[in-house]
Amino acid sequence: MNLRWFYKLASPPYFYRLAGTLGPWLGGLSIALIVAGAYGGLVLAPPDYLQGDGFRMIYVHVPSAYLGMMAYVVMATAAAIGFIWRIKLAHAVAVSAAPLGASFTFLGLVTGAIWGKPMWGTFWQWSDARLVFFLVLFFLYMGYLALREVTEDRDKADRLSAVLAVVGVINIPIIHYSVEWWTTLHQGPTITRLDGPSITMDMLAPLLVMIAGFSVFFVWLLFVRLQGEILVREQKSRWTQELMQRGRV
Amino acid sequence: MNMRGFIQILTRDLKVALRRWSELCNPLIFFLIVASLFPLAISPEASDLKEVGTGVLWISALLSSLLALDGLFRDDAEDGSMEQLVLSPVPLTIIIAAKILAHWLITGLPLVVIAPVIALSYYMPVDALTTLILALILATPTLSVLGAIGAALTVGLRRGGPIVGLLVLPLTGPVLIFGTLATDLAVQGESAAGPLYLLGALLALAVVLGPLATSAAVRVSLE
Repeated sequence: MNLRWFYKLASPPYFYRLAGTLGPWLGGLSIALIVAGAYGGLVLAPPDYLQGDGFRMIYVHVPSAYLGMMAYVVMATAAAIGFIWRIKLAHAVAVSAAPLGASFTFLGLVTGAIWGKPMWGTFWQWSDARLVFFLVLFFLYMGYLALREVTEDRDKADRLSAVLAVVGVINIPIIHYSVEWWTTLHQGPTITRLDGPSITMDMLAPLLVMIAGFSVFFVWLLFVRLQGEILVREQKSRWTQELMQRGRV
Repeated sequence: MNMRGFIQILTRDLKVALRRWSELCNPLIFFLIVASLFPLAISPEASDLKEVGTGVLWISALLSSLLALDGLFRDDAEDGSMEQLVLSPVPLTIIIAAKILAHWLITGLPLVVIAPVIALSYYMPVDALTTLILALILATPTLSVLGAIGAALTVGLRRGGPIVGLLVLPLTGPVLIFGTLATDLAVQGESAAGPLYLLGALLALAVVLGPLATSAAVRVSLE
């Protein structure tokens, strides 16, 4: 099997150019998907029999919460790859994913609170395990960023924060299964069920489009951040100097 | 050789700790102070204290276990002995495990011993004390392991102290949940076997994986 294309991804100049080429396409695609999903979710989908139009918060809340967790998995996986095989680019991916993941997690918490007030009658419920562990996820991001902030040497910061990121992965399955392990306010899984989703197709389709749109949006932002991160890390190498001389940065 | 190395590190760390009584007592005194400030802050009524007793105990234990963390690797790293330990033929994970065990014996075990006294002063029923002690015996080593990871991540930093809490506390959630659950069940006179088993499972997980993560972090920190 020819893995050359894969190894090439670890080369900063190659990835920098690739991210530059793909970036605008991803940006356009994500905006198209989010607009389509929002139209489908806010206009086309029928109101919920129980929650009325209030349920439409799902189209923002679920994608952002999903990406808050997904970004952590991306970050921890990249950090582990960087730690084990000492691939610098992987560390750059982890660093770039962290603030994005923290933002999505924050968005998930805020949209959840706004949704919770009319539906559950409360912004916040300590007895709901998923809420609490999702807040813990936010703290984990903060800890990761803080540890990087206080570690002066970048190489050290990369590897120390990688250890922390990997240890924190334990929280992801806890969040995921919290609705099954503890009976709480959050409903059980509706999409990933053995007997098929328990949500009607009219409502599900826009949600899936939104999740796809948010995911592409995340990758787009990740690429933009990565380009900056790569430039900072490679500022002394020749190809970045050349880029700067040609005024391309 | 590994076993001998383990025991040697353990006895060395215990000896060093026992010769510094004041540092040894600090977390314990901190525990007592925090636990005795709660009644002042909430209310000295027996019914209120009964309500919050479990939580107070567990939070105080958590905070005081944090307090002792800074000394876990810092002294050894500063005088260079940690580097020698990394270079020694005994695997670093074993050395780290011995250091964590020593740390638990010095800071965790006294908490387990003194916690029932605090619990009684919070009007916890005597029948529940056995469960409380059992839960603490299972939970405090897990906290020590988690704390060791945090200490190892920050040992190379000049101003590492304050950030350890930020790194470690989010990870302690499950321990806290099952610890208080076990205690609460015991207070209500029910069987606390379920949460105790889960605390044991967390401990097993921490003991197996914690030293690995800690030694990886120590290696990076010492570079």
